Amino acid sequence: MIKQVREWAPALVVFALVIAVWEGSISAFHIQQFLLPRPSDIVKTFWTARHTLWPAGWYTFKEALGGFFIGSALGVVVATIIGRFKGVGTAILPIAIAANAVPIIAFAPIAGAWFGEVSPHSKSAIAAVLCFLPVMVNTLRGLQSANPRQIELMRSYAASELAIWRRVRVPTALPFLFTALKVASVLAMIGAIVGEYFGGAFNALGVLINSDAQIFDFVTAWAGILVASLLGLALYGAVAGTERLVVRWAPDTRDT
Amino acid sequence: MSVVKVDSVTKTFARGNVTALENIDLELEPGEFVSLIGPSGCGKSTLLRIIGDLTPPSSGTVTVNGKPARQARNDGDYGIVFQDSVLFDWRTVSKNIALPLEMLGWDRDRRKARVEEMLDLVELRGFADHHPWQLSGGMQQRVSIARALAFEPALLLMDEPFGALDEMTRERLNLELLSIWEKLGSTVVFVTHSISEAVFLSTRVVVMSPRPGRIAGIVPIDMPFPRTVETREDPRFFELVTKVRELLRKRGEHLLPEEAAELL
Amino acid sequence: MLRRVFTVAAAVLALIGFWELYRWIWTTTGWTWPFVVDDTSMPHVWTIFKAFGQPTQVNQPALITILFHKSLFTGKEALVGFAVGAVVGFAIGIALAHSRLLQRGFLPYIVASQTIPILAIAPMVVVWVNPKLPGPLQGWGAVAVIASYLTFFPVTINTLRGLRSADPRALELMRTYAASRWTVLWKLRVPASLPYVFAALKLAATASVVGAIIGELPSGLQDGLGGAIINFNQYYSFEPQELWATNVVAAALGILFFLAVVGAERIVVRRAPENVA
Repeated sequence: MIKQVREWAPALVVFALVIAVWEGSISAFHIQQFLLPRPSDIVKTFWTARHTLWPAGWYTFKEALGGFFIGSALGVVVATIIGRFKGVGTAILPIAIAANAVPIIAFAPIAGAWFGEVSPHSKSAIAAVLCFLPVMVNTLRGLQSANPRQIELMRSYAASELAIWRRVRVPTALPFLFTALKVASVLAMIGAIVGEYFGGAFNALGVLINSDAQIFDFVTAWAGILVASLLGLALYGAVAGTERLVVRWAPDTRDT
Repeated sequence: MSVVKVDSVTKTFARGNVTALENIDLELEPGEFVSLIGPSGCGKSTLLRIIGDLTPPSSGTVTVNGKPARQARNDGDYGIVFQDSVLFDWRTVSKNIALPLEMLGWDRDRRKARVEEMLDLVELRGFADHHPWQLSGGMQQRVSIARALAFEPALLLMDEPFGALDEMTRERLNLELLSIWEKLGSTVVFVTHSISEAVFLSTRVVVMSPRPGRIAGIVPIDMPFPRTVETREDPRFFELVTKVRELLRKRGEHLLPEEAAELL
Repeated sequence: MLRRVFTVAAAVLALIGFWELYRWIWTTTGWTWPFVVDDTSMPHVWTIFKAFGQPTQVNQPALITILFHKSLFTGKEALVGFAVGAVVGFAIGIALAHSRLLQRGFLPYIVASQTIPILAIAPMVVVWVNPKLPGPLQGWGAVAVIASYLTFFPVTINTLRGLRSADPRALELMRTYAASRWTVLWKLRVPASLPYVFAALKLAATASVVGAIIGELPSGLQDGLGGAIINFNQYYSFEPQELWATNVVAAALGILFFLAVVGAERIVVRRAPENVA
């Protein structure tokens, strides 16, 4: 218990300090509300505007979630298919890594044209595209990194390719998959919000933040950002939690 | 009828440029404990793998239990232990031991019973639900041995299984291995770097020389079983160790200076 | 090397083939899921290609010239953002590596900072930063700041990991030389961290381009690719190929930055990086 406290204490201290300094300097230096609102005001608005902000957050979160699942699932499927053919896998990997360098957000307006600018599907599409690559690349790497001795052992049991897949390659790939899912979870929410910049439903979080910023209501905009951030962290936490349950043996999740 | 028959086996790599093994002839009777010993590059691990059909010979044949090696592998006729324990991180000790049994399609109760037997055999009862990383190197190797023996194969192939362990653990595991071997009556092919280990464990020691890999000579070990801690202090033990050492030295004209020093 | 070029060419051809095939199947069958396929939603690859040579409006230069200049502008923002973000990230990484306390205090926030959608913050950053910048830097300077925000994170995290990855026995050796912390840092930890840092720089290269484009969107800057995207988005139903062409150029810019880092890695580390590309 003490160990846990010691782990988290410095972070909490920093948090408290930053908030205090932030709050303090706004009053002390009379910084305009316009540029940087007080944390207390942001939190207040977070609460008072909850009837608009929270449902909006949930709406956008659902878009992100949909994209997260679709993109990740596709990533796993493609990686599995490619992984069966060793040559294809090693050839594709560098291309996929380079493809990751493509700024997906340029694709956002096209997604809007395809699925309807206001429709949540276009935002899910963007989130899905953002999630696809990291999941695919990492799953593929994981499938390819099976210990050759373990495969030899399985061959000594005259195991079929399918059995080797099931009993060695898949478990080896799981830690890699979860690392990618953690990255994807953060990207999904961001993808949804960026997508909404190009148009979205009235009750979507990104649209709200944007319109608030445009009328210079930065307090509500920041409150909206707080909502987005919390939701992104929640999804990340859910994935990390699942990882602890499923992948108890990986070095990062061991209790020792 | 011999358990293993290696007939004129040759193995080359790199399109014939490297000859790992040349014309190896070897026959093993049931219940033998045979060690393969030799300097690096003599092909002992390769020979073991050929017997296990994990790599094909370039020419020659291998018969195991009267069948071709491939058939024997498909029928699950042998168990193998590597230097690296090669346990599955994501399985507990029990599930690791149960792996070959799952592959053979045994039902749950039978598997459970056998796993418990094996845990007793290697004295790891209390660690059934531990994960590999929670065990020491020696314990991991014991699990690896338990796994290899779980389905009671007639033939056990071991590739320097104790090589990564310290000498005291190694000597203790040698005794354990012998007692298991005597209990089960399997045939063992044991690859090692250590002369004293080879002499202590075996009924016969096969000395190999490198470049190209050949059998330099076979030393029958006529000491009685069961062998104990005292056996290592027996004068006959020293005689046999010297004999093996001399064979290695004589045929080891190609030894590197440090390898030669090691054997002196 | 030739093999790599061949695979890339093959991949591009495969992509084009897949595009046209998909298009052909969907237009022949008339399926409407996942979206309707016609000349607007999926123009022919050839149309997109041709569009590069054509002017967007009468008496204007060809699209490719326009996009080229816009990519230079965005590239400038991305480059500055990349440089600043990389240096800052590296410095923070070094600071955190030397103090467990600082690590525990700040790392959670550094991680959490990436969940803040920069697009939402961008307008505020622009309003905030612009007045503080010297004249010629205004406008695009704020976007460079946004780009650096996206860049610093992977560099920080990986620098930290890399610096801590030094072999403990090598560290002990340095202690026998009574080496100062500074010496240990530059002679041992930093060289050990290079593979990690370069892995991060590859991610950062992409992130800086993304950050630059995103930063341009709310700032109303017309001179960059972000501006082009907004512009062509408005005309999408009439000239879809222009937006697609912009996408191609943006992709090329991102990949260019990425390859530049790969090239730098080859020179600095002087052996082939294990992690492909």
